[in-house]
Amino acid sequence: MLYFIEQCLNGVQLGMLLFLLAAGLTLVFGIMDLVNLAHGSLYMLGAYFAATFAVLTGSFVLAVILAVLGSFIVGMVLEVVAIRRLYETDHLNHVLGTFGLLLFFNELVRLIWGPAGLTLTLPTQMLTAVQIIPGVYYPIYRLVIILATLAVAGLLYVVVMRSRLGMLIRAGASNREMVGALGVNIKLLYTLVFGLGAALAGFAGVMQAPILTVQIGMGENILILAFVVIIIGGIGSIRGAFVAAIIVGLIDTVGRAFLPDLLHRVLSTNAAQTLGPSLSSMLIYMLMATILVFRPEGLFPAASR
Amino acid sequence: MSASLDPSLDAMPGTVFSTRNAFVAAVLVALALLPLYSLATGDTFVLTLFTRVLILAIGAVSLNLIMGYGGMVSFGHAAYLGIGGYAVGILAKEGVASGLVQWPVAIAASALYALAVGALSLRTRGVYFIMITLAFGQMIYYVAIGLDRYGGDDGLTIYKRSNFGGVIDLNNKTVFYYLCFAILLASIYFVFRLVNSRFGLVIRGARSNERRMRAIGFPTFRYKLMCFVIAGALCGLAGTLLANHTNFVSPAMMHWTRSGDLIVMVALGGLGSLFGPVIGAVTFLLLEEGLSRLTEYPNLILGPVLLLVAIYLHGGIEGLLGGRRRG
Repeated sequence: MLYFIEQCLNGVQLGMLLFLLAAGLTLVFGIMDLVNLAHGSLYMLGAYFAATFAVLTGSFVLAVILAVLGSFIVGMVLEVVAIRRLYETDHLNHVLGTFGLLLFFNELVRLIWGPAGLTLTLPTQMLTAVQIIPGVYYPIYRLVIILATLAVAGLLYVVVMRSRLGMLIRAGASNREMVGALGVNIKLLYTLVFGLGAALAGFAGVMQAPILTVQIGMGENILILAFVVIIIGGIGSIRGAFVAAIIVGLIDTVGRAFLPDLLHRVLSTNAAQTLGPSLSSMLIYMLMATILVFRPEGLFPAASR
Repeated sequence: MSASLDPSLDAMPGTVFSTRNAFVAAVLVALALLPLYSLATGDTFVLTLFTRVLILAIGAVSLNLIMGYGGMVSFGHAAYLGIGGYAVGILAKEGVASGLVQWPVAIAASALYALAVGALSLRTRGVYFIMITLAFGQMIYYVAIGLDRYGGDDGLTIYKRSNFGGVIDLNNKTVFYYLCFAILLASIYFVFRLVNSRFGLVIRGARSNERRMRAIGFPTFRYKLMCFVIAGALCGLAGTLLANHTNFVSPAMMHWTRSGDLIVMVALGGLGSLFGPVIGAVTFLLLEEGLSRLTEYPNLILGPVLLLVAIYLHGGIEGLLGGRRRG
């Protein structure tokens, strides 16, 4: 039971991380109608920035701030230099162009930081575990991730729903031409939104950096999970992304932890050992398939689409 | 995506003697004569490289069938390469070496998987379709990693190539090359006949305007699904060739970025053109090979090239040669 609670918390933590990635993706898709395969590269860059700034400044908090800022700037520069020119083409060309960017960023990282991965060591006070309920100890840093991401999610909600920028973002998502016709600088808005998405992805990378090895291609596999989140949640919906991210995070983590054991009770040891790992990694895709059968538009389809 | 007004112009350009046709013919002749060059100079590396080019070109031809003619941007196509390859690898490990068993099983498995993925993903369109095929492709990648008995993450070595009872010896490099070449030409002819049949007209009609096709009474979902399954089966065949070529299968061959490579080949060559995928595969793999000899960081150049193609070169190389124009 205690193990179960711990795994659930890990699931929530993965879910929050997926939300950060999915929110940026779905925001960019909802407003600019752009499919961005290089989103995972921004996540990777965030992690590399954090590892580098942590060494340079010696402060973890400062490294986090600088890394998110760095991702934001890279995102905006990328939008102005390259992404902007893709809006007028179709989805296939988005895929092709951003795939090229993904190759470029992987190679650029290899050129700058070398092929070996980096590690980011946490300050000592974050390395301990706390007792959250009697008998359950949980690493402080993972709690920090959950809380920090929740804070970012709240902030995002306030920005999108309560601020002038958010109003423009929502208006841009439902009718871009009209927003432009009303005198809003739509180009600047696009640059800002892309930068915001990049900052969210960078923040996800920063948060993951102390847990994983910071390495080339680290954003590639998690990007697909973020796509699964978007498909389940409904394209263009941030609320859907939030709910779906937590569902996917929980099912993936808890499934990997417990499904092999469950199979052992039903099947022979041999069969369970063969099937277990494959089957537990298939769980979220089966969930996605089920959702597609019953609600092809996702759980929370964005109203305007 | 806009399509030309007259779909019958899509498959074959009007004139026989054009720059584009001369170029295609030159590429085909060069490919046909390559083993002779290899024999004369003793350069076996070039033969190995181009065998790979031919095999991936078959994969690109199959992707072009659904993406170019059907407008279905499938981002999980490498999964079929993997399924075809793993069918050969798993059967070989379990002691079934006959190609007459391995190959049909590989094709059937790919077709079945395509049927399942197609039935789910064709309920959606546009970006959804891209993301869903991407996700299902990645699912197979993880399934292969979980197959501990068959190498898991490390992959599976194939000690014996498919056995065709001495009729065709796959261990002979030249024979294997010409087999791949023949299968490539056959698959291009097959796609040519298919897209110009009544079936192909429905598929291309559905790309231009699916609602209109349905309004005049075609159950477009079934047609598109069938097309999706055919493409999957054809790519599964390419997978069996790839496994025999490298004597090895691993989850890495199904990673979603490999699907990206196939998309790049099709888009680079020219979407919805018969020989485009061949030109795209040759160009992409030679570019990759050449750049990695030139510099230690080839993708620093290749990446921006793809970006430029996406922004400026919408007809691919075929379009550049004046074969056809596309908005």
